[in-house]
Amino acid sequence: MMVTRWHAVLLLLVMMAAVFVADAMSSAPLDPYRAPPLFALGSGKAPSGAHCTVVVGTDM
Amino acid sequence: MISSSKAAPLLASRSFRISLCATILGIVSIAVAASAGPRFGLLLLIGGGMGATLEGLGFGFAGPWRRLILVRNPSGFLAQIMSMALVALVAFPLLEGHPTELTGAHAPVGFAMVAGAYVFGICMQLLLGCGSGTLVNAGSGNLVAILALPFFAIGSFLGSFHLSWWTSLGSLSVITVSGTNGLLFTLAGLGVLGGLAILIGEKRKLSVPPHLWCAALIIAALALLHLVVAGQPWGVVYGLGLWAAKGVIAVGADVSLSSFWSAPAHQTGLYSSILTDVTSLTNLGLMAGAAFVTFCRGGFTASQQTLTPTIWVSSVVAGFLLGYSSRLAFGCNVGAFFSGITTGSLHGWVWFLCAFAGSFAGISIRNRLGMGR
Repeated sequence: MMVTRWHAVLLLLVMMAAVFVADAMSSAPLDPYRAPPLFALGSGKAPSGAHCTVVVGTDM
Repeated sequence: MISSSKAAPLLASRSFRISLCATILGIVSIAVAASAGPRFGLLLLIGGGMGATLEGLGFGFAGPWRRLILVRNPSGFLAQIMSMALVALVAFPLLEGHPTELTGAHAPVGFAMVAGAYVFGICMQLLLGCGSGTLVNAGSGNLVAILALPFFAIGSFLGSFHLSWWTSLGSLSVITVSGTNGLLFTLAGLGVLGGLAILIGEKRKLSVPPHLWCAALIIAALALLHLVVAGQPWGVVYGLGLWAAKGVIAVGADVSLSSFWSAPAHQTGLYSSILTDVTSLTNLGLMAGAAFVTFCRGGFTASQQTLTPTIWVSSVVAGFLLGYSSRLAFGCNVGAFFSGITTGSLHGWVWFLCAFAGSFAGISIRNRLGMGR
């Protein structure tokens, strides 16, 4: 059988489904009423998301 | 209702496919906005736009570096430089004027950071994809990238797990440039890089095709929108490590043994939905955007390349090392190079020098392994 990109994308979808299942097992329920404002700019609040450059937790 | 006999030719229509994909992305983004919050829906949409641009207009990082090194074609690299200069022009004043609301991609330079960037440069040429490239390639149905992706995530998780030990080997404090002087320094640095690329490049390959200019503009606009919406620059690697960490927790393991993952900021991420994590959302968008472009082109029916054992093994190893090394290097081509430099972090410049040197080695190793150029 010829393996096409469709087959590969199906594999990717299965992998992502596993990520969402693992996420659902450990995460608190979503609450849109406690969500941050649409734009960080002008919100008056510090950004709360994590980034690859974050040094928190590295003893630095 | 559309009958099956009419649906087939309708699906073959490119405009119908584009409308279908835009509708799906729009509906999913609205659903995320409604269930998690409007910011998160918009971030998914931004990621989708980035993925569609990278795949649709052929904008990337690993490929242009390879073409510059191998065939002295600087066009893709010059498009990167142009995009970064545009982002820096707007990001520097924004960061200077709103220091409490916006933050840059700032990280320290250290031994592990330097080594990590070098290894990342090697592996991005072995895999023919970097951080964003692996996600975009996966979304477009590239089996090598899909095979590498879980190992990229595991590597990113383990790199985070060990990050404290690696940074203890020696590291400077975070060094940044800011304000007008910082912007001038950054633009001058990007100008030097662009000038060097033009000097290296063959005369007949110097012109940048219109589609790459267009991509550079769109990516710059979306990267700035990302900064304004999320309060932080575009990144890739953290989200992948988080996905692996969620998998580790799901099988009952304790990740709090790591000083990184036990930090309150990361604990929040571990026990919140990935639909509220900035880099996870843009990563999902990158894959979706690339998948939609491939679908619109009818590219999913294309057959896969034959994977030799060498390609299988190198994909797994390079995928793992891409993830691990990018955590030590405080980012990949997106988080460290693109976002680091455009928001004034010295580590972005050091990252580029090391990763570009690593790319030379990666191309050489690729040839020795008989994986083609």
